Amino acid sequence: MKINVLAFGIAREILGGPQRQITLPEGATVADLRRLLETEAPGLKRLRSWAVAVNSEYAENALALQPGDEIAVIPPVSGG
Amino acid sequence: MIDIQLLEQELDIRACVDFVSAPEAGGINVFIGTVRNQTQGRAVIRLEFEAYAPMAVSEMRKIAATALGRWPVQRIAVHHRVGSLGIGEVPVVIAVGSAHRQAAFEACQYVIDTLKQTVPIWKKEIFEGGEVWVAAHP
Repeated sequence: MKINVLAFGIAREILGGPQRQITLPEGATVADLRRLLETEAPGLKRLRSWAVAVNSEYAENALALQPGDEIAVIPPVSGG
Repeated sequence: MIDIQLLEQELDIRACVDFVSAPEAGGINVFIGTVRNQTQGRAVIRLEFEAYAPMAVSEMRKIAATALGRWPVQRIAVHHRVGSLGIGEVPVVIAVGSAHRQAAFEACQYVIDTLKQTVPIWKKEIFEGGEVWVAAHP
């Protein structure tokens, strides 16, 4: 399945833009997505940490992704 | 009652105070975040804030709802700004209205501390000759 990933802050710079389309097998999880993105964009591994949001909620590694989910890479936040 | 706003224009501190004002309130606690002129001795020119807007709003709402459940406070306003801010400008205002001051202080501190940990908003510090995404790297 093709998945559109949003990227913000320093993750946008590491991924080379505000959106990136990736292809994952059906049933892929957040953990699979993380592995693929860290392979394609090793700069992610140098961050203090990074999270994945699915449909505007922080997602656990075991969560299975569905086509049409809104997925975002969340680097360390620094609001306030 | 909760008022959450993510705004591109200057924040209205008075609007936050007005929202949490009520006849039953005995105190209002307001936290105003401001842009500092230096980080670890290095002069800051400006900060650039960006947000994952729908999630930032929902996370701020969750934090305010948790505070309302945990302390005897009645009203919370959280306004956060995005875009380019100069020294002394205000990126965040939190106002909490409560019958008694202790709860207002504690809830307000909880909201700002948790906002900094969980809300998907990012700031880049712009220095003379460089820029850094705050907290990105170990």
